[in-house]
Amino acid sequence: MTEKKIRVLVAKPGLDGHDRGAKVVARALRDAGMEVIYTGLRQTPEMIAEAALQEDVDVVGLSILSGAHMALAPRILELLKKNGQDQVQVFIGGIIPDEDMPRLKEMGITGIYGPGASTEDIIKEVREAMKLRGA
Amino acid sequence: MSLTESVLAGNRLALARLLTQVENDSAEGRAALTELFPHTGKAHLLGITGAPGTGKSSLVNQLALHYRKNSDKKVAIVAVDPSSPFTGGAVLGDRVRMRDLAGDDGIFIRSMASRGSLGGIAQKTAAFVQVFDAAGYEIVIIETVGAGQSEVDVARLAHTTIVVEAPGLGDEIQAIKAGILEIADVLVINKADRPGVENTERALRSTLELAHPTRRVFRHHSQTISVPTSTVDPTIWIPPIDKTVATEGKGIAQVIESIAKHAAHLRRSGDWTARDRARMESEMETLLRETLMTRFLESVQQVKYEEMIEKVVNRHISPYEAVKSLLNGK
Repeated sequence: MTEKKIRVLVAKPGLDGHDRGAKVVARALRDAGMEVIYTGLRQTPEMIAEAALQEDVDVVGLSILSGAHMALAPRILELLKKNGQDQVQVFIGGIIPDEDMPRLKEMGITGIYGPGASTEDIIKEVREAMKLRGA
Repeated sequence: MSLTESVLAGNRLALARLLTQVENDSAEGRAALTELFPHTGKAHLLGITGAPGTGKSSLVNQLALHYRKNSDKKVAIVAVDPSSPFTGGAVLGDRVRMRDLAGDDGIFIRSMASRGSLGGIAQKTAAFVQVFDAAGYEIVIIETVGAGQSEVDVARLAHTTIVVEAPGLGDEIQAIKAGILEIADVLVINKADRPGVENTERALRSTLELAHPTRRVFRHHSQTISVPTSTVDPTIWIPPIDKTVATEGKGIAQVIESIAKHAAHLRRSGDWTARDRARMESEMETLLRETLMTRFLESVQQVKYEEMIEKVVNRHISPYEAVKSLLNGK
């Protein structure tokens, strides 16, 4: 009962309506023993940051298939920081062109996953990020 | 500023972090609960329960919207979803239906995994409610897991328990089974635009009539004579049945009115205090049990304990004898 659970917010910002990937990841993280808060489609960066705050999550997983990641990701990182949640690790899954990856990592995105990524890798890397953070 | 002071000052990040401490039962969380306790006792606690798919989250969404639009009351929502008994993980999805509540600083939604506890709420739900109460949330809505007939724990926690039903979910036998209907202070038939709503209403109404007869009905040669019972006790609360279509916001004002009437009834009849007392009592009992158990397990040697379990498994002694000799320290 007293054991600390990893809490993850899985959110889909932007306007595309494909949430299968987000659901698959949510389920995989659940099966790995994490508590996953699923927010559903078409979330604004403000909604995501607010939910991350209220739920006091350790990790935010964003699913972005619309190509708007270079606009959405920095905005969400900025809002998390503004709310005092600098320690939250942000992961992105979706269609992310190779050339955008270094810039996203520079901004502070912890992990990026494209089509075909294995859920085992995601789970492993979320756990490692938690360890590094000392949680 | 300590975490508790920040929470009392209205800092939302501090509130979120404190809830995590409380949920994980940390020393800091326990200390904070003690510091916050004198500030509790002001909120109206609403429990929302009902079978899966009846629309509990959508109803909570609408109730919170209504409170925010028509009063300046702050609303906190504790939404409980089940943990997997195998992995301990959970997907908490109640927020999906509550997107209308985003961007309002007078609302705080917190999802909670049941973490192995049965009865529809988590072990720490009562503590969460105390934190919100102390933090100045005047309405605290507790949404249960929604597994069905045994979710009665919420009634011990809430002042007003709202049971949500929907057409086509069960027949009349379901309605007279003991359990969830008996805890209802307000009954809501959601999805009331669906066919079969009359049947659901009739079944619920007849169940209520069995429990609280408001009039005596005589049937004589196909003539029905109905006589109001003069013996009906005005201090008895008879749960109203309200019909809603939560996704469209229909019928919500009526539910809010029923909730307000129930609160007034509780205050008038003295049941408000009685419920508070019952809640405190059960909370103390739970704590006492936990503490005694922990203390006992610390005092007994692990080897001894395992040995005893082994003996029981091998049918050498009964569980009763095992407990007895453990308590006697033999």
